Amino acid sequence: MDSEMQIAGAHLTVHLPPELDHPNADRIREKTDAVIKKQYIKTITFDFQDTVFMDSSGIGLLMGRYKALGLRGGSIYAVHVNAHIFKILHLSGVYRFLEIQKEEPKSGESKEGRELWRTPMK
Amino acid sequence: MENTNEMTISFDSRTCNEGFIRVAVAAFCTQLNPTLEEVADIKTAVSEAVTNCIIHGYEGEVHKIIIRCKAEGQYFYVDVEDTGRGIEDIEKAMEPLFTTKPEQDRSGMGFAFMEAFMDEIQVESEVDKGTTVHMKKKIGR
Repeated sequence: MDSEMQIAGAHLTVHLPPELDHPNADRIREKTDAVIKKQYIKTITFDFQDTVFMDSSGIGLLMGRYKALGLRGGSIYAVHVNAHIFKILHLSGVYRFLEIQKEEPKSGESKEGRELWRTPMK
Repeated sequence: MENTNEMTISFDSRTCNEGFIRVAVAAFCTQLNPTLEEVADIKTAVSEAVTNCIIHGYEGEVHKIIIRCKAEGQYFYVDVEDTGRGIEDIEKAMEPLFTTKPEQDRSGMGFAFMEAFMDEIQVESEVDKGTTVHMKKKIGR
């Protein structure tokens, strides 16, 4: 199974590569859109756990998937975001459309929320 | 000048070179003793400029991109040059969110990031002749 894409019901988790630049963003866009085309996806989590570099191509990727899921709030999540990525998400303004989590949420959150974050790391 | 150090790299406008080139520029910049954040800023700015050459300057065709770096005192200079199609309206091109290729999921944030991450940016362009982006950043403030 593809370790970059994990599907659980209508939720897709995308494990992003160390460098989210133009060639990688294009590749992941194609893979993500292939999944969205094939089955109903309501929410996407982009996992930045391994990602140390991102440029505006990554912003294009996130914005494009937000549009692809129908411009609904709460449809795109960015998790394990480091300081550099956080800066870029803020500078670009896309943080307004995303749910950003720097770390794993603590216990006590809704079951649904916990399920969402408890995706295996690799 | 005694106090300066320069590097020029000429490379093909292939997407597979994008990672290598920003790492090369970052490595050259380390002589100025930058913080990790400053290195990340420079890598992102260079990545934006090089991606612009590949996608917009040459529109996927393979030609040369030239990068010139200079370390002078506390200042780091980097120029990114292509001989591609050029920019008709530089001011418009630099507006945040403006892109001529929305269908490719380009965010229109390239120049905005270069401006945000570097201290100075100057763009020279002539239609059908090419574009040069000059950037400057003070290291260790």
